[in-house]
Amino acid sequence: MDVTILSRLQFAVATYFHFLFVPLTLGLVWLLVWMETKYVKTGDEEYKKMAKFWGKIYLINFAIGVVTGITLEFQFGTNWSRYSQYVGDVFGSLLAIEATVAFFLESTFIAVWVFGWDKLSKKMHALAIWLVAIGTNVSAIWILTANAWMQHPVGYVIRNGRAELTDFAAVVFQPYVWLKFTHQITAAMTLAGFFVAGVSAYHLMRGSNVSFFKKSFKMAITYALIASILVVAIGHEHAAEVAKTQPTKLAAMESLWETKTNAPIYLLLWPDADNEKNAVEALPIPGMLSLLAFHSTSAEVKGLKDFPKDERPPVLPTFLSFRLMVGLGFLFILLTLYGFWKRDEIENHPLFLKIILYSVPLTYLAILLGWTLAEVGRQPWIVYGLMKVKDAVSPTISSTQVLVSLIAFTLVYTLLGIADFYLIFKTAKQGPKA
Amino acid sequence: MIWQVIWFILWAVLWAVYFTLDGFDLGLGSLLPVLAKNENEKRIIYNAMGPFWDGNEVWLITAGGATFAAFPKTYAIMFSCLYTPLLLILFALILRGVAFEFRSKHDSDGWRKIWDYCLVFGSFLPALLFGVAFANIFQGIPFDANGMYHGNTLKLLNPYGLVGGILFVLLFMMHGSLWLWAKSEGDLAQRAKEIADKLWNAVLVFAVIFLIYSYVATKLWDNYFKHPLLFVIPLIAVIALIMVKVYLVKGENWKGWFASSLTILFTTFWSIAGLFPNLFPSSIDPNASLTIYNSSSSELTLKIMTVVAVIFVPLVLFYQFWAYKTFSHTVTEKDLESDEAY
Repeated sequence: MDVTILSRLQFAVATYFHFLFVPLTLGLVWLLVWMETKYVKTGDEEYKKMAKFWGKIYLINFAIGVVTGITLEFQFGTNWSRYSQYVGDVFGSLLAIEATVAFFLESTFIAVWVFGWDKLSKKMHALAIWLVAIGTNVSAIWILTANAWMQHPVGYVIRNGRAELTDFAAVVFQPYVWLKFTHQITAAMTLAGFFVAGVSAYHLMRGSNVSFFKKSFKMAITYALIASILVVAIGHEHAAEVAKTQPTKLAAMESLWETKTNAPIYLLLWPDADNEKNAVEALPIPGMLSLLAFHSTSAEVKGLKDFPKDERPPVLPTFLSFRLMVGLGFLFILLTLYGFWKRDEIENHPLFLKIILYSVPLTYLAILLGWTLAEVGRQPWIVYGLMKVKDAVSPTISSTQVLVSLIAFTLVYTLLGIADFYLIFKTAKQGPKA
Repeated sequence: MIWQVIWFILWAVLWAVYFTLDGFDLGLGSLLPVLAKNENEKRIIYNAMGPFWDGNEVWLITAGGATFAAFPKTYAIMFSCLYTPLLLILFALILRGVAFEFRSKHDSDGWRKIWDYCLVFGSFLPALLFGVAFANIFQGIPFDANGMYHGNTLKLLNPYGLVGGILFVLLFMMHGSLWLWAKSEGDLAQRAKEIADKLWNAVLVFAVIFLIYSYVATKLWDNYFKHPLLFVIPLIAVIALIMVKVYLVKGENWKGWFASSLTILFTTFWSIAGLFPNLFPSSIDPNASLTIYNSSSSELTLKIMTVVAVIFVPLVLFYQFWAYKTFSHTVTEKDLESDEAY
């Protein structure tokens, strides 16, 4: 196999793995903030117990998130050196800013939070988790700014054989950044809400620590309800931005081959990319796609055939990940609505508790599908419209080197993943210390 | 021109601070089996690093990120040429980082043993490989004007590279045992002190060899003969190393650790100042060498990055210093009873 494919696989392994752990920390940290702030305000020891218990699970994820993040940063240099040289002027600075303004903050204060329970005043200790939350979110903003730039490059000129920054504000303030960030952060909050609600459901079904887990459940379901409504609403805006800036991605999301005005959405659809058409195409809602993408039924939506074959993303994975993600998004709203409605006597709804518990993996699935859509839908570009993936790979590394490291990554990550989920399950099952 | 020089200095500072801070926990991690006689002592060592290692490692991420942002061409060619050693460092750091968090979360001797191996191996290997890699950079790396690498990983283990690697390991181990001497009490602290004392002798020998060998194998001293004022930098490193011995004799642990911090800080400054204006010299084609001028970002990027660095680096130093002070107490058996202890 050639170096490009192997490097892509390696990057995919590293990213998906990193992203198995980061969303939970991203979303859970605000729940910890909420719990500990309540503890400071009310003095109720149970909130402290909650912050400690859910914090323990947070930490198991945090460690693995940090160390796998280093890998991602270094891979741009090791495996994608042509990319790094070509766009480093813009892209590199965003990563460096992330480390300087955010990563230090979260890494320093998470340790202060863990080891500071007896060493700091209540308020100082609560401040530490606030700073961690701010650090985590600011970190996400910069990383997603960097990713948004790969999706929609702005604020640069091509000079001296590379992309040079000309307008920093354009890079940071483009709508793509804020839609991506808010969509991502609410997705992570949905996931964390489901996670806490799911684990609480497990204990409520068994009747252990009822007061503790009912409190946790109520907070989590409220949190997840708000987040899951927001994630869908923002997701819609995000898709409209994609329609404007990445027409090939939109066409692949909907498997639209011919350019159309008044474009419909088909409730039943199955792409047939080899023959540049759809194998199944039924139950149309006329004008719906034009309306959703451009807020007008008469708007023209570009079809895939309008683009050269070698500039189209793989249709099936893009299309499927989009549909599944959206479907799951709506399912989460329904589930959290019901849970919120019954929250005061939730222990009397064992079936629902079971459903919530088994829905936790679905939130992970939804978030991974979202990334698949974003990254596969951008193909064959590494920077949309500017640089192709095949031109970005390091010239000096051999396929053997990459193959060996890919195998090593897969092996080490699999083992760590197993150990990590084992510890999460164990800790979650154990419940809080008496 | 001035912006490139500013970023060269910042680049040196980031690496130097990284080696100084992560240096002690990498060194201490490597010495775990030598220093700890039983499970409790092991846990004291873990907890002596507990609140710090994570924040320390971020200096590496920032040093890497700053290379990417300020000198993208150097970042690209350096990282792809040194592919194998870099990935080895990464794997080591991954296993090590996880070891801290995982070790105490499951009660079984076998489980703890696995993570102890990860900690020791994951601490020793980066210490060694960073030394080997930097020493090789000082001599020059065989790459051409197209950024193609003409060496192989085993060739990095040449005599000068190995001396660099061993010096790093010894410095970090001494730094780590001084840290434990300050952070623990009783037998363990005493043992840490004795080991630090032995390591000091070894560091001295290898430091002398390295400084002389550098004159033969590299151009690091050229800048010093051109601008003799620069000799202040290695002089501070040497005095600091002597002070480590003085404080060991006097029994002043924290001062000893600070002196060894200065030793690492100024040893790094010494080598990077000798490199100027190169960042990644080529051993086969001087024209291919990457300097701060031919590999830097645009002036706008450098300016923006400078603003960010000027505001945030002092802020980071401030709150990390505060965190170090907050957790500067001696770790005792009593601390191991806390829920949060490793």
